[in-house]
Amino acid sequence: MNQTAAPVEMLRPVEDVGGVAQPLLQVTGLTKHFPVRGELFSARKTVRAVDDVSFSIAKGETVGIVGESGCGKSTTARLLMHLMKRDAGDIIYDGMGVGRALSLRELRRGMQMVFQDSYASLNPRLTIEQSIAFGPKVHGMADAAARTLARELLGKVGLRPEVFANRYPHEISGGQRQRVNIARALALSPRLVILDEAVSALDKSVEAQVLNLLVDLKREFGLTYLFISHDLNVVRYISDRVLVMYLGEVVELGPVDRVWDAPAHPYTRALLAAMPSSDPDHRTQTPPISGDPPNPIDPPKGCRFHTRCPFAEPLCANATPKLTALDTMGHQAACYMAIPGSGHSRAPTGKAVEGANAI
Amino acid sequence: MSAITEIGLPAAPAGKARGYWTTVGRRIMRDKVSMACAAVLVAIFVAALLAPWLGLADPYQGSMIRRLRHIATPGYPLGTDELGRDMLSRLIYGGRLSLVVGILPVILAFVIGTSLGLVAGYIGGWINTAIMRTVDVFYAFPSVLLAIAISGALGAGITNSIVSLTIVFVPQITRVAESVTTGVRNMDFVEAARASGAGPLTIMRVHMLGNVLGPIFVYATGLISVSMILAAGLSFLGLGTKPPEPEWGLMLNTLRTAIYVNPWVAALPGVMIFAVSIGFNLLSDGMRSAMDIRN
Repeated sequence: MNQTAAPVEMLRPVEDVGGVAQPLLQVTGLTKHFPVRGELFSARKTVRAVDDVSFSIAKGETVGIVGESGCGKSTTARLLMHLMKRDAGDIIYDGMGVGRALSLRELRRGMQMVFQDSYASLNPRLTIEQSIAFGPKVHGMADAAARTLARELLGKVGLRPEVFANRYPHEISGGQRQRVNIARALALSPRLVILDEAVSALDKSVEAQVLNLLVDLKREFGLTYLFISHDLNVVRYISDRVLVMYLGEVVELGPVDRVWDAPAHPYTRALLAAMPSSDPDHRTQTPPISGDPPNPIDPPKGCRFHTRCPFAEPLCANATPKLTALDTMGHQAACYMAIPGSGHSRAPTGKAVEGANAI
Repeated sequence: MSAITEIGLPAAPAGKARGYWTTVGRRIMRDKVSMACAAVLVAIFVAALLAPWLGLADPYQGSMIRRLRHIATPGYPLGTDELGRDMLSRLIYGGRLSLVVGILPVILAFVIGTSLGLVAGYIGGWINTAIMRTVDVFYAFPSVLLAIAISGALGAGITNSIVSLTIVFVPQITRVAESVTTGVRNMDFVEAARASGAGPLTIMRVHMLGNVLGPIFVYATGLISVSMILAAGLSFLGLGTKPPEPEWGLMLNTLRTAIYVNPWVAALPGVMIFAVSIGFNLLSDGMRSAMDIRN
């Protein structure tokens, strides 16, 4: 396979128009409410799956999204991919609004996604080569060139093309299938790859291999990742910045080290405390938070976390805290305990950090 | 890259690109039951097709003195019917019409029903509601009654009975196609195909069709026997084939009166219908397991 054949044809990536300073993805006010069919004659209810979520992803960085199941992580991913219509909000890709300066078709090349279920995300009737070659063919690549590209990419994700190209998804292991899914995403030369729990269903050892592969591929192809996971260790390992979601809202956002060292939101603290420790001297003795997340059909008024928060005060039930900058490094949290002068008894005194509102 | 290469994998034969249908074909070839059914069906088809060149007796030539001869009477290997016509000849000639009225409506309904069900299931929304509620209207009538009503409205004749049977089967196939499609369309690989920028037609052709055809195909082949029996019923009422045209359903009906005199001969058209139905049923079953390449 190491013959120096003609160079493998790849799809031309979406052009970098904004330069380095322009975030690759800017999301503002992203909202998705699902209507729920209630009982007859009762008021129509909605699940607030994603509620006013805003963040940005710089070129070349890896942003992690963490949160419990049902907090809106996957819905966010599907909204970003435009697989689902959003109710409100703007998604700007490299300074270009989707549907305006950038067509949806072009966005599909610029942004790809790897799904959690490695088996369900591959067509059982297509060979692996056909699955990978499908995308490039949709974008006008000739069949032979697309197949060559598929084989090339199989090599890049660590699967020998001569062994795997003609196999069907059910004939390979979960880790191998997830590599195929990664290759399929890369086949469109994306600049942003959304990894929706992409390693969560894998064995720990395979998970580590795939994570390392992702790191290698990021370097080789100059990729930007949005990494969605409920596994905090994995998120910390791979992410530069992290975004903590609770019931469809972003509660904390910041560089991964800042969030880990000085979590500002009690939910983040609870999540971090819930991580199993491998040190027997540091066992988790008390449950960090109790109870299940409230029903997203009827989210609590005020701060959505106040029903489970050990520090909740009347203020928290009455008003909703906004994401507020805590320092100049982009660490933000939506908690009255972190907002100076908010009226919460644990709120820091003094003025807000100067110039910290720049995202 | 060494950290990420796969280890400990059995090397698969570096075969050439094999398509899905090649694999299915190879798998069905290994299934003995399916192959036996296919052989029987092919024999019946070929005999019906080549009937005029097989040197058979005239299927229309009756004889009042040789009525209802038993099976294995010299000169009449399968006996004669109630008008003294050679049964072997009539059964083989009868296959021509019977197979057409049995299979053609199912093929037509398969094409129409699958398309409707695929569109309804994939697009969903009000298009789904429109198609499926229309289909439900047809479900309000028993299929025999519906076939008779449509045939009666269109007038007697083979073409009209094919049309009416097609209309009877379209709703059933549409419903099966819609439910299978709805199941497949929510799978991640369809989302992934949408995420790669493919249009609905490409997705339906490449990703949906192969995954929904199997169950619909199995259901449709089961309808072939129903179609042949319904066509026989139409002929009996004078809405389909007319005597003296040989057709299995019609023959079964006319020989019914001879069931106490010569039951074995009277049962012969039924045996043919049974053989063809069971052949198609078993073959479709074999097809389904061959198409499910996961096992």
